[in-house]
Amino acid sequence: MSARVPGPVMVAAGCGGTGRELEAYAGPGGLDGLDFVTRSITLDARSGGPGPRLVEVPGGLVNAVGLPNPGLEHFLATELPWLVRVGARVIVSIAGATMGEYADLARRLSRAPGVAGLEVNVGAPNEVGTGLFEVREPYHSASVIAAVRREFPADRPVLAKLRPDVSRIVEGARSCHEAGATAVVIGNAVPAAFPDGRAGGLSGPAIAPIALRCVAAVRDAHPELPTIGCGGVRDVVSARAYLAAGATAVQVGTALLHDPTTVARLRADLTGSPHPSTEEDT
Amino acid sequence: MSEASDRVRGPVHVDGEVVATKRIGGYRHLTLTAPGVPERFRAGNFVAVTIEGHVARRALWVHRVRASSAFGPTLDVVVEPRGSGTTWLASQPVGARVAITGPLGRPFALPKEAVSCLLVGEGYAAAPLFPLAERLRERGCAVSLVVSAPDESHLLSALEARRSARSVTVLTADGSVGQRGTVGDHVDDLVRRSEADVVYAAGPTHVLRTAAAAAERAGAWSQVAVETATPCGTGLCHGCPLPVVGEDGVDRVVRACAEGPVVRGDRVRWDDL
Repeated sequence: MSARVPGPVMVAAGCGGTGRELEAYAGPGGLDGLDFVTRSITLDARSGGPGPRLVEVPGGLVNAVGLPNPGLEHFLATELPWLVRVGARVIVSIAGATMGEYADLARRLSRAPGVAGLEVNVGAPNEVGTGLFEVREPYHSASVIAAVRREFPADRPVLAKLRPDVSRIVEGARSCHEAGATAVVIGNAVPAAFPDGRAGGLSGPAIAPIALRCVAAVRDAHPELPTIGCGGVRDVVSARAYLAAGATAVQVGTALLHDPTTVARLRADLTGSPHPSTEEDT
Repeated sequence: MSEASDRVRGPVHVDGEVVATKRIGGYRHLTLTAPGVPERFRAGNFVAVTIEGHVARRALWVHRVRASSAFGPTLDVVVEPRGSGTTWLASQPVGARVAITGPLGRPFALPKEAVSCLLVGEGYAAAPLFPLAERLRERGCAVSLVVSAPDESHLLSALEARRSARSVTVLTADGSVGQRGTVGDHVDDLVRRSEADVVYAAGPTHVLRTAAAAAERAGAWSQVAVETATPCGTGLCHGCPLPVVGEDGVDRVVRACAEGPVVRGDRVRWDDL
């Protein structure tokens, strides 16, 4: 497969707004050349879940945002062209209620100008509650990946974003890779609950050791399988931990909510380019 | 629009410093430097600050902006110590460094003509009405300001606002200072007496709703500064849903931090909030 694995620093799905909100903090080059994973796009618009959607817990956030997004049509008409215009490498995260929806999304996005790749959301912390296709078993996620891969050009990457569950991750990563995933993103938020018992997902520094264990487990079992570390990446040290464990790239999510300049700093620090500043030239 | 606001746009994320701190009643007033933020500020904007040991950020209303001082441009924020984050922030001494992002959100829209404006605020969240009152006065608007609180210790002082406002009304629920009663008790009377063309409101949801409803009854426009938890403040996380009705009549859920915090009062779906 000739598709390039993005990286080394990417914006994680659902943590970069529409992209416009991130631009002010992206340094002098803006989003140019940045691997930007969009929030998950569904066929129809979704308004998202009720508040509170996020609560703070020690070391992280519990979230149940509910995939708010304008739907594919509106995304293609407004958000995608803007991202392409500013030079972002747009990786569209997709989520569907059925296998057919995933295939439909992939087919239509394959024709949209400027889509650099897809990330398939097959590891949401509460897919049933969110109304997504249930992919509890690795063969379910592999069938979704295969359906997407069939509709999307082979020279562009398809990433599979999986749940960081160490008991299932090796099998899940292998199945998705065999089904055509260019790389697997490990991982999504860890299934968790709000203080009132509502289902959600835990993200942030608290889950970094969990996702790191999963990345290392996949590396040990399948050293040839490209992985992308996602979970608690907030500085060079936490990013390098993933790279040292075998990941080819990292995604930055929750840290952006804490410090919106995190991606700009990491891009500079990991690629050796000059340190960007959010201040204007005077 | 000033020359400065033409030149500098958008928020910045900067290292700020506490240059003054003062406890007034139940609140802590902090004066901060935040290079670039005061210069870009417009009334109704807010800032997000980083709290040590916390992932989510704390959003703060801006009470006052000084274009110049012994410390350069500064901004004043009002903190009510409630949880561990705001308690930490309130305890920061002069000289403490604080990461600040701002100015954030959509500011109050200002009328093009010199109209009558009623500004209704409650508690610390009334803060953005003070810089708003100054801007409105500069435009020749007749400003009537109402500051309310459950009791005197949760009241923002209206003393300095007397320069910008034609009339100032102080309300406390317990009658400890000013007139006794809540915004709900007095708002229709205040809208009528001020002959308001526009009602601006800042405070807890029930105050905003009450003020927006009174404006509608009187045929006035209203703008409300919505007070809600904004985990990032920058629009990135979609964690602060605000149910509204769009201009096209379609129900939507927008982000309070990015499409707000200031929205038209008649656009908010209060029952769903």
